[in-house]
Amino acid sequence: MTAAPARSMQAPTPASFAAPVLDIRNLVVEFPTRRGVLTAIRGIDLTIGRGEILGVVGESGAGKSLTGAAVIGLLESSGRIAAGEIHVSGRRIDRLPLRDMQRLRGRTIGAIFQDPLTSLNPLLTVGSQLTETIRVHLPLSQAEATERAIGLLKEVGIPSPELRLGQYPHQFSGGMRQRVVIALALCAEPELIIADEPTTALDVSIQAQITAVLKRVCRDRGTAMMLITHDMGVIAETADRVAVMYAGRIVELGPVAAIIRDPRHPYTKGLIGSIPSLTDRCERLTQIDGAMPRLNAMPSGCAFHPRCHLAGEQCRNEQPPLMTAGASQAVCWRLERE
Amino acid sequence: MSASEQPALAADNISCWFHLPQSWVDRAVLRQPARVVKAVDGISFRIPRGTTFSIVGESGCGKSTVARMVVGLQAPTRGTFDFASGRGRNGRLRTQMIFQDPFASLNPRWRVGDIIAEPIRELGLSDSRKDTERRMHRLLETVGLGSRDAGRYPHEFSGGQRQRISIARALAAEPEFLVCDEPTSALDVSVQAQILNLLADLQNDLGLTYLFISHNLSAVRHVSDRVAVMYLGRIVEEASTDDVFDCPKHPYTKFLLGSVPDLLQPNRERVPVAVDLPSPISPPPGCTYHPRCPLASHQCRTLAPDPALIEAATVRCHHVAQARFHDGCRAAV
Repeated sequence: MTAAPARSMQAPTPASFAAPVLDIRNLVVEFPTRRGVLTAIRGIDLTIGRGEILGVVGESGAGKSLTGAAVIGLLESSGRIAAGEIHVSGRRIDRLPLRDMQRLRGRTIGAIFQDPLTSLNPLLTVGSQLTETIRVHLPLSQAEATERAIGLLKEVGIPSPELRLGQYPHQFSGGMRQRVVIALALCAEPELIIADEPTTALDVSIQAQITAVLKRVCRDRGTAMMLITHDMGVIAETADRVAVMYAGRIVELGPVAAIIRDPRHPYTKGLIGSIPSLTDRCERLTQIDGAMPRLNAMPSGCAFHPRCHLAGEQCRNEQPPLMTAGASQAVCWRLERE
Repeated sequence: MSASEQPALAADNISCWFHLPQSWVDRAVLRQPARVVKAVDGISFRIPRGTTFSIVGESGCGKSTVARMVVGLQAPTRGTFDFASGRGRNGRLRTQMIFQDPFASLNPRWRVGDIIAEPIRELGLSDSRKDTERRMHRLLETVGLGSRDAGRYPHEFSGGQRQRISIARALAAEPEFLVCDEPTSALDVSVQAQILNLLADLQNDLGLTYLFISHNLSAVRHVSDRVAVMYLGRIVEEASTDDVFDCPKHPYTKFLLGSVPDLLQPNRERVPVAVDLPSPISPPPGCTYHPRCPLASHQCRTLAPDPALIEAATVRCHHVAQARFHDGCRAAV
């Protein structure tokens, strides 16, 4: 067990300023079952710096939400981190005892989930949920906490926050509720926010407002954010870098603009080609035939090879390593030859 | 399309109002007027044969209510739907629907073969069991599944495959008109591409007419011939797809298009809006869009605009109607 001393509650030290806020090294998540062990995340490396938004994109079942859950320590009880390390601001957190982890959650790592209605308590006013969270983590009086809550609601763009504090979640619209959830995540000034599909349940018009709030918060406060979504458009608008996941691995990682304009991995190419464009119209969408492999039937070699039109002998037998291609990095044997 | 040809569906001044529950005290003692939600309020459209007509809008604008009325799951309060195909056997409309959630719209206790064969049997479309079986297998092939899948249960399939089963079931009734209510919103993008391509192929092969309901504007642009933008129960703009997307006229259409994230221009300017969708129970007076509209004037706050025909587009907006003489087509967004 790594018994790192509990970090004080001050602003990050100069040392952690340079170091990445989140550092995941070779993370492996397994689910032991009666019929053998299912490996859902098969070795992920990634870092997020201060004020940076890293988009994690992929289809259902790629393991993107699981990566987020592993970082906050909210894996389902049947899952376990089988290998690898997770560091937040230089402190290793994957083996912390439950109580330390609970203290860390909300304080150092904030979370925003998909459905704002289920992440708020319907029986408590928004104000009491905010002040409770603030007072659990920060040594403030009730009056100071209320003041802070008002400030947070204002920051996320809720009009007349003094009035709104006394209202219940059902009195808020979907977009406003998600703003409250963002304010809740910001209560104790976390260094890292895990946002799991924060805009998926919202209309496009509201979605644009919420991504703007997320971006502003990260820029102003220097908070690092892992933005998990399946929507490439949200990633393009919000993230600085993007990690594309497929079957429990990162297949491509790089700056957003580079990956959208010039994707290198055949999967990323297919993914971007399959998004219909708003500005021009094509006859037929590119489609990736087949579906993501099941966990109990993972193909040998490169997991994408059964759906890849470039697949060769080597792809079927050997797992490709992360290779640099242009501005980004990709996991593919066929990178150079394209 | 020629003007003389009868459209596959003509909807004429359709309304659907819902009465809100009221306590007996309010009703009998206080004599308060009944509160009514005008989910759909006087919309008209025509869909030519073999084309795709899309309705877009935010949640709560009434687009799914329109879909339900077209297939007959909801009776319109006022107005009529006129289908060119008339009625099939037993007076049934030759209309089928594909639902949003492929996990909820298939019976988990039925085998896929039975799910697809039911409409064939029920509508008496085949004479013998053997023929039913043959048709069912052919439908499975049409939507890209194998004959072996007939014996399996829905839970054995992925979301995209289930949506294919759902399409096969809809096709089993030999419809001429398909209502697709958010058919891809529960699916991943790569699977969405497979389903949209399949729908396009089916339209080409079978000459189907689609009513496509979606909030996903880029999917709508891809599939449709004409688009109607709905806002609080009314169609605020209706035009050909290219007109709506390249030359939007109504401020709401411009705003909606501006909110869609664009992969290639991620940091372009947006029309900011601070107001949420108003409650349909007590819509604002005048033009219902005025609280969110940057152009709103006194006239907009008091008088509801009538639809006006502007360059082959039908638009409900005072400002657009007045500006049509000295305002050319501005580039989209």
